[in-house]
Amino acid sequence: MNSHILNFYTTPIVDEIGVKERVARLNSRSVKKQSKMAALHLALSMIDLTTLEGMDTPGKVIQLCQKAKYLHAPFSDLPMVAAICVYPTLVKTAKQELEGTAIAVASVATGFPSGQTDLQSRLAEITYAIEEGADEVDMVISRGKFLAGEYESVFEEIARAKEICGKVHLKVILETAELTTLDQVRRASEIAISAGADFIKTSTGKAKTGATQPVTLVMLETIRDHHLKTGEKIGMKPAGGISDSKTAIRYLVMVKETLGVEWLTPKLFRFGASSLANDVLMQIAKQKGGAYQSADYFSKG
Amino acid sequence: MVDLKDFTENYAPAPEGVEHVKLKDSYHLFINGEFQKPTSGKTMTTINPATEEKLAEVAFADEQDVNAAVKSARDAYTNIWSKLPQKERGKYIYRIARAIQERSREFAIIESLDGGKPIRESRDVDIPLAAAHFFYNAGWADKLEYAFPGRKANALGVAGQIIPWNFPLLMAAWKIAPALACGNTVVLKPAETTPLTALKLAELFQDIDLPPGVVNIVTGDGSTGSNLVSHPDVNKVAFTGSTAVGKSIKKTLAGTSKRYTLELGGKAAHIIFEDAALDQAVEGIVNGIFFNQGHVCCAGSRLYVQEGIQDELLAKLKSRMESLIIGDPLDKNTDIGAINSKNQLDKIQELTFSGKDQGGEIYQSDSCSLPEKGYWFHPTLITNVSQSHRVVQEEIFGPVLAIQSFRTVEEAIEKANNTPYGLSGGVWTDKGAKLFKITKKIRAGVMWANTFNKFDPASPFGGYKESGVGREGGLHGLYPYVELI
Repeated sequence: MNSHILNFYTTPIVDEIGVKERVARLNSRSVKKQSKMAALHLALSMIDLTTLEGMDTPGKVIQLCQKAKYLHAPFSDLPMVAAICVYPTLVKTAKQELEGTAIAVASVATGFPSGQTDLQSRLAEITYAIEEGADEVDMVISRGKFLAGEYESVFEEIARAKEICGKVHLKVILETAELTTLDQVRRASEIAISAGADFIKTSTGKAKTGATQPVTLVMLETIRDHHLKTGEKIGMKPAGGISDSKTAIRYLVMVKETLGVEWLTPKLFRFGASSLANDVLMQIAKQKGGAYQSADYFSKG
Repeated sequence: MVDLKDFTENYAPAPEGVEHVKLKDSYHLFINGEFQKPTSGKTMTTINPATEEKLAEVAFADEQDVNAAVKSARDAYTNIWSKLPQKERGKYIYRIARAIQERSREFAIIESLDGGKPIRESRDVDIPLAAAHFFYNAGWADKLEYAFPGRKANALGVAGQIIPWNFPLLMAAWKIAPALACGNTVVLKPAETTPLTALKLAELFQDIDLPPGVVNIVTGDGSTGSNLVSHPDVNKVAFTGSTAVGKSIKKTLAGTSKRYTLELGGKAAHIIFEDAALDQAVEGIVNGIFFNQGHVCCAGSRLYVQEGIQDELLAKLKSRMESLIIGDPLDKNTDIGAINSKNQLDKIQELTFSGKDQGGEIYQSDSCSLPEKGYWFHPTLITNVSQSHRVVQEEIFGPVLAIQSFRTVEEAIEKANNTPYGLSGGVWTDKGAKLFKITKKIRAGVMWANTFNKFDPASPFGGYKESGVGREGGLHGLYPYVELI
């Protein structure tokens, strides 16, 4: 394990201008007609419907779960969203409400969103979430420790979290807005992947900015390099700020052209989003009927 | 039922609409502000290399026609253009620039139809840059006294200009814009296989009321160009094309008082150090060699990779090549279009097979099947080659990359310079000091650091050694069109 850790001081260099150019080129892909329809359906199936507010209540979570179950009654061929993402105390409510469906329940944990508490409590939170029934855990890393250069300690907390998770899916939130450079994003991604993350995730949704395309591209490239080296497939979850279909499709193009078709599945790619689903539904309606419908025809979660 | 494969496997066709593009069945020579039939009545056919379908008949200019064009340019120079105030000349050039912008979509489509390049490139690179060159040089037109402080910049007279088929409109802009800005008049000869955008440009000159004869356009083949070069009343020759033709032009001009600039072939070294940002370097390599099907004189066609990262970089490069889309140049998603002509395709094939015969290993991505009609070539990597191989020495002018490894900075520099060419080069490293050390020692006119194939009208472009003489673009690009007193 030590040889892994030492490598974190010499992770590959990332050139920000080059990354942005690549993103711009990917964004010039024209996804129309049946390709657009397929992409919209794919996007819908990859959404983690999320509510992470201090004022969340069981009532609110139940309503969100019902939205997940009955996305849009007029269309019968819609896929299910992938998961509901909530705070640990609301996992049980969500689990009960979603019983009998294929929709997973994801819980944030480890002192979300800042991670600024002692490791024992943070890990205990994972145990609690799993006991409550969480199928997936979205943990945050200690950005403070990361920025202080204590990479071993960040590695350690993720590895311990994975130990507790066992088969429960672990998504590791890097909170890239606080890592500030793409070099740091690359380094944090490598730490998370080698410590056992099943998914790496950009953001909590609580920082100044959420997911961005350049950050996501760097994370996807880290995943690809890991795959080239080991054959392992790590998942990716951009979260925060992706609220319209056009942006979502651009992310899917990035995944397709960086990692290939195999990653275009909810098993390996998710959107953490609260308002994306309805925009995707509106676009699907537009593709089917040829005209935009009023937002009033689409139920709020 | 929605089939996810419609997204995951291929993108649906997204062709650029061509309904609004007006092409005539036949085009005449543009002389003295009018389209005139060639005296011989001879024509040639220009085709779409992606479909082999005929696009238009184009006039063939013989010696008499070239004489008429040069006379028209001389008259326009003496009677109109040289008498206009600099500021007025500048206004005309600005009008050309704006008109190109207004019709950019039409120009882009014709460029892709006639030349086979992807619409993404003609739309985002060729046409905007062509307009930018006119804008840039328009600015100089009335500021020549600041360009050459303390000296008087006199126009030369008539410029005979010959341009290649790889960037037809852009090369026309590179040539015409500085010539006009410095007060010269022009006879331009477009390439045989790609004359259409230059002829559309002639229509544009009529529409904006450019005085007759200031720019004349004569289409034809090598003999037309040769007549233009040897015409006694041409004061300046500007040529972009192959090194072989460049040498023969130089011979023709020896002993005459004609000025000349030659922008010729290249075999650029693209050097990747182990401390480079590798994923971005891969993108640079792809842009360097596959941009415009590799029909780029400054293409990064010799790749040098530091040995320690060679395997990793090649794996990344191959993975990237999987996502390149080859096909209909008019589809907005196409990355690699058609090879410009049958001739060029034959040349690319011959050289690539020579690489194989000499023991090189060929890699071509099989992610994309090639269309049946038209001229196509898979993006190709050749490894296990060395400086002694033809594919390393000769300009292929196609999407074929010869890859070698190196070990030290000195070795990289030595190999990069081990070529008769010296047009461009690229270096990728995160270390600033190393960048400056190397770029200073490589004998090439343009060096890119941590990027490749970037162009700007304000930046001079041109070659060392057999890659040419003189510079185009920037302040340096004005010198060849003025006599300083």
